[in-house]
Amino acid sequence: MGAGHSHPLHVHGHSAVHRLAPEAKVVAVFAFVFGVALTPREAFWAFALDAVALAVVAAVAKVPARFVLTRATVVAPFLGLALLLPFVADGPRTEVLGVAVAVEGLWGAWAIAARALLGVTASILLAATTEIPDVLKGFERLRVPPVLTQIAAFMLRYLEVVAGELGRMRTAMTARGYDPRWLWQAKPIAAGAGALFIRSYERGERVHAAMLARGWNGTMPELRGAPATTADWTRATLLPLVSLTAALAAALIART
Amino acid sequence: MHHAVVEVDDLTFRYPDGTTALDGFSLTVHAGERVAVLGPNGAGKTTFALHLNGINRARSGRVVVDGTELSERTLTEIRRRVGHVFQDPDDQLFMPTVREDVAFGPANLGVTGDELQARVEAALDSVGMLAMIGRAPHHLSGGERRRVAVATVLSMEPSILVLDEPTSNLDPASRRELTTVLEGLGVAQLVITHDLPFALELCPRAVVVDGGRVVADGPTHELLADAELLHAHRLELPYGFDPRVVQR
Repeated sequence: MGAGHSHPLHVHGHSAVHRLAPEAKVVAVFAFVFGVALTPREAFWAFALDAVALAVVAAVAKVPARFVLTRATVVAPFLGLALLLPFVADGPRTEVLGVAVAVEGLWGAWAIAARALLGVTASILLAATTEIPDVLKGFERLRVPPVLTQIAAFMLRYLEVVAGELGRMRTAMTARGYDPRWLWQAKPIAAGAGALFIRSYERGERVHAAMLARGWNGTMPELRGAPATTADWTRATLLPLVSLTAALAAALIART
Repeated sequence: MHHAVVEVDDLTFRYPDGTTALDGFSLTVHAGERVAVLGPNGAGKTTFALHLNGINRARSGRVVVDGTELSERTLTEIRRRVGHVFQDPDDQLFMPTVREDVAFGPANLGVTGDELQARVEAALDSVGMLAMIGRAPHHLSGGERRRVAVATVLSMEPSILVLDEPTSNLDPASRRELTTVLEGLGVAQLVITHDLPFALELCPRAVVVDGGRVVADGPTHELLADAELLHAHRLELPYGFDPRVVQR
């Protein structure tokens, strides 16, 4: 049964990873990233192991590599900054392809790039296998205050409605010859933003009335899937287990 | 005659700014009856509808639904019995998926598990929207949203449906589909509308509301044939439409 075209980061499927309870997946991703962040930067093998673990998860979830790689490009700006480090850092220098670069900077760039890529890939896999309302439900079960998760849920629901209103307003302005180029022409935009705010506020009141009319009494009913079972938690531990063990082993090896 | 589902007696309501919206509003609806509520803008139709489930609270007068009088204590029970379909489906459909939206009402009443599932599917099936169960509401067309909005209150198994301008923003085909759906439901219905041909087609009985009270009550085809009455209350039939020659 199709969950509709839920969001662009989601890959529809019924794999073991998709079926895992959302709260277990959320905790697994956080713990995995924690392990990656703790891994000493000299331990190349540990980062390689983490990457293999993510690749296994992606394979089990049947998320195409291309899908992950194209979405991982969001870290490109950070990588760009990281690549500057070898040139601007102080300290002893070495030569790479005939260019003198700082050793410390090279290590820094490597550490940022590796950790950022592993972290963002883990989050992409979470988003690809979990619909956003489920992620929010997961947060709620992890004791994030329901007020916060409900605000996020309503925001998601009404984002398109408000964006649609904004679009119609802009069309209406353009249709009457409004084509702002200079700052002093911004007044209608400010007025429009104000009108949009009032409209959204009034819609909020109508939605509240609609909720009351259907017996809402202050808490949202539990409607999404069952909470995580012990089996869910056990399976979800596998991923962070890799990164945390690798980090620990690398730290021990570095000490000896 | 069937028993009365809704008895509204001498309701008076004033908005905080002092405008009198209802002024001695009385109306009785019987089980299985479909009644059109007609009247100009600002006549008090929507204000009246919001009294039926206690969203608005009257200064005086009483509302009785299925023999239960509306009060603070009976609010939850009354809201179960009165299914209100709001004018803008975007106000009514606020959950991430159709399934959760239709489940919202019964879940608030404490229905869970298989029974909840069964109610959701039955409600969607009765409006022909079962195939859309997993979709997000904002990905449905206007007509589909309207029918899902009806399902969200049907799942609460109400004694009466209150529909506020159900045909607004619908194209003629969606309007036709909605009429068929509503005609097929056995439940009593109060249909607030400006769409007089729609009222004639769907509702055997109609009331005209103006100045916060009911000014006429009778068979829809008789009220719509009374040009003087329509004119006095700013109601107009579409150009070329003659209720006397409509096949019934």
